[in-house]
Amino acid sequence: MSKTENKQVKIVAAIKDGTVIDRIPSDKLFKVASILHIEELSNQITVGNNLESQELGTKGIIKVSDKFFSDKDINKIALIAPNAKLNVIRDYVVVEKKTLKLPSVLEDIVKCGNPNCITNHEPMMTRFHVEDNHTLTLRCQYCERVMSGDEVKIL
Amino acid sequence: MSFLLNCLTNTKHPLSKPITQPAISIQLLSMQKSLVSITDYSKEEMLRILDYAAEFEKNPNQHILDGKVVATLFFEPSTRTRLSFETAVNRLGGRIIGFSDASTSSSSKGETLKDTIKMVSNYADLIVMRHPLEGAARYASEVAKVPVINAGDGSNQHPTQTLLDLYSIRKTQERLTDLNIYMVGDLKYGRTVHSLLMAMAHFKPTFHFIAPDELKMPNEYKQFCDEQNIPYFEHKELNENINEADILYMTRVQRERFTDLMEYEKVKNVYTLKSKMLENTRNNLRILHPLPRVTEIDYDVDDSEKAYYFDQAQNGLYVRQAVISCSLGLL
Repeated sequence: MSKTENKQVKIVAAIKDGTVIDRIPSDKLFKVASILHIEELSNQITVGNNLESQELGTKGIIKVSDKFFSDKDINKIALIAPNAKLNVIRDYVVVEKKTLKLPSVLEDIVKCGNPNCITNHEPMMTRFHVEDNHTLTLRCQYCERVMSGDEVKIL
Repeated sequence: MSFLLNCLTNTKHPLSKPITQPAISIQLLSMQKSLVSITDYSKEEMLRILDYAAEFEKNPNQHILDGKVVATLFFEPSTRTRLSFETAVNRLGGRIIGFSDASTSSSSKGETLKDTIKMVSNYADLIVMRHPLEGAARYASEVAKVPVINAGDGSNQHPTQTLLDLYSIRKTQERLTDLNIYMVGDLKYGRTVHSLLMAMAHFKPTFHFIAPDELKMPNEYKQFCDEQNIPYFEHKELNENINEADILYMTRVQRERFTDLMEYEKVKNVYTLKSKMLENTRNNLRILHPLPRVTEIDYDVDDSEKAYYFDQAQNGLYVRQAVISCSLGLL
């Protein structure tokens, strides 16, 4: 992290214990917030957006105090912001840097784009198999259709 | 008492002959499982089904389903497929429950598919289902306590059709490998051609796709061929292109698959096979069609010895007998 970026992080406010998700592309910040359902949390949450970033131009950041996300939740972020960074903070110190990794199966995260798919008609979980990480190519376990890139809609 | 005991233990029909297990090179574990997609079966499992089907063709009346109840759940009507499955069960000595139209089932009252399947799997040993929504059979196989055989889920899969196609190809060509397979008509929406392509990929085929631009073979299947090093050629005309064919797989351009009916009107009569087109074709050529046909095969082709589509439908019976028996772990 560059010095400028470091300062930006501090601008948003340091946390004692919790999770910091950094380097989120600005246009993806609220999507990331949404898939983590942070609106349902009672923890202290700091959200910053359109912060200066050498790498991205502008970026977003989410800090959640006293919250340590499960790997499943973290991996969801990889769907929309694969290059985001996630730091686990304990006593103001970064104790773990987690790399985002798209899981091989996505359960109840993505909506099937095929209107004739059973998942769009039954009260059931969706399930997609990741066929290609780079192009975000997913195959629906049920209708077997393939979706990629912008066709992928988060539930 | 002894009569009762005899009835309880004598589960075989007195006239039934035990089915002989075909000799195959690879010994497989029991195949008791659902069949939702053709890719659920390995190459060896497919060949095993074809071998059993050949045994059933020799002797279709085998009472190996005595005491078994098979549910045929047809959430959309499909008389041909339903009759084929139900004949298969009847010839195996099983009993059938079910419905042939969703309007006579609880789904018309708003019951979820899950609830219907849960309820039926309390009663039946096996579920055969047809559903208008894609993925319905996979979901049913996840919630059912008993194996599920997919008899068609929307435009997605119809694996027993694929197996009967393979059976017909092997029977008429006496092999499955190194064949020139020509697919004609609706290659975009036609699920039978997609599944057949996936299944034939095991047997070093050469594909020829004959379709108008609107109904071309989708890129994902062409990519699949590329990855598997399967040669394929695309044509727009149905003419002397077919002279090198071993199998000519005709399909119906289905009106219900078009959202734009103008597009349908443009292409519906583009490919009609006529008997004079067969003059210079190979002697071993056989014409397959999943049926029903509308205008894509002229009636004068029916008399040709190369027309095989009605025998093909009959083969479905034997293949379904094999699939049902294997899904129940009886073979």
